[in-house]
Amino acid sequence: MAGRQAVKVYLDLLSQPCRALLIFLKHNKIPHTVELIALRKGQQKTPEFTKLNPMQKVPTKLDICGFKNCNYCYYDAILKYLATTYNVPDHWYPKLPEKRARVDEYTAWHHVNTRMHASTVFLQEVIFPMMGQPTNPAKFEKALADLNGTLDMLENMFLKRQPFLCADEISLADLLAVCELMQPLCSGRDILKDRPKLLSWRNRVQSALSDSFDEAHSVVYQIREKFTAKL
Amino acid sequence: MAGRQAVKAYLDLVSQACRAMLIFLKHNKIPHTVENIAIRKGQHKTPAFTKLNPMQKLPVLEDNGFVLTESDAILKYLATAYNVPDHWYPKLPEKRARVDEYTAWNHTNTHINTSSIFLHEVLLPCMGQPTNPENFEKVLADLDGTLDKLENMFLKNQPFLCGDDISLADLLAVCELIPTCLSSHGLEMDILKDRPKLLSWRNRVQSALSDSFDEAHSVVYQIREKFTAKLSPC
Repeated sequence: MAGRQAVKVYLDLLSQPCRALLIFLKHNKIPHTVELIALRKGQQKTPEFTKLNPMQKVPTKLDICGFKNCNYCYYDAILKYLATTYNVPDHWYPKLPEKRARVDEYTAWHHVNTRMHASTVFLQEVIFPMMGQPTNPAKFEKALADLNGTLDMLENMFLKRQPFLCADEISLADLLAVCELMQPLCSGRDILKDRPKLLSWRNRVQSALSDSFDEAHSVVYQIREKFTAKL
Repeated sequence: MAGRQAVKAYLDLVSQACRAMLIFLKHNKIPHTVENIAIRKGQHKTPAFTKLNPMQKLPVLEDNGFVLTESDAILKYLATAYNVPDHWYPKLPEKRARVDEYTAWNHTNTHINTSSIFLHEVLLPCMGQPTNPENFEKVLADLDGTLDKLENMFLKNQPFLCGDDISLADLLAVCELIPTCLSSHGLEMDILKDRPKLLSWRNRVQSALSDSFDEAHSVVYQIREKFTAKLSPC
């Protein structure tokens, strides 16, 4: 990797996948620089950013040595690319096909389950009121019910016989999941509080990630303080 | 692979993801047997199937005792374990990342939007439920946005979504984008009809997949014929 420059990442730490990416970079000591984008200020819609990522989404990674074209990498593609290219410990994204397939299975399921439902709860409880939009109690109840269904699946299927979602060791799956499940905490809501199995899992993941976890989640803790102080 | 048994594919060919999986197995001559699970008859909710896949979803792959769900993961696993041509899921990290990028994006874009069209145009009328024109306008607008991105961001000036060769991305996308049915006005609804670039792409993909494509889509063609004959597809 001689002569290879640091990767540059564009992130908004309020975004769950952005936090996952930052944690992965720090934890694995992958040389990187961070450019912060504030989604709430619409900075992802500026001409400069749109040229980089026409989808106007974060995170975006620009490997200035590797990629020739503009990057619009989706977050799990970025993590898998980094895990492969930067020679991190195998457990993050195992090479053995059957083990790798388990991580791919979770990351596929994640999009329309963990991510979709945890985000919806967060949007309705924190973002909509912040933007002065009316909340819809029926929709919110449904969002909570959907999230509960997801948590049941996580406990009863992925964590059925093992300490982490896909294996005996932490992987990209746990990283993505934990960042999503931290998001509702912005309102002070701990969705795992009555679920000892998931609480243990979260503790295991946090221990494995140590400092990089808390650094990345500082913005969540700050919002939680502001939110609960208002109540 | 001595002594290795054929994989077992649990499929309902009404599902796009199931068609993609069957095409891949046939095209790459991966030994397999098919177990048809009829969603409309609730066969995905039986105790036996639920034991196999507690999520009660299709497709499911069983490879010599290894059970895998989620079409992305299944296709990627098959591409790796069965030594198919590299272009399907390239080993080079930068090229592979492009395919991973598309398959991730597919979940919350192509798939969701094309499924909504199918819901409004086929399933809801089938079930005798009213459709909501306003909702439908939004669904069409969302789909338009998805098709714009497919053309301008993935396809751009290359023949396939992720490069010069067909990959898993094209396979997943094409199964979402075939002309499925007639609209409620009785006109054939090809969502790509005003998009020559995407039409060319679809033709290229179909050519590359030849017979396996048509075999997998036979169920969809039958539904379309029933519509043409103005019989209920249900």
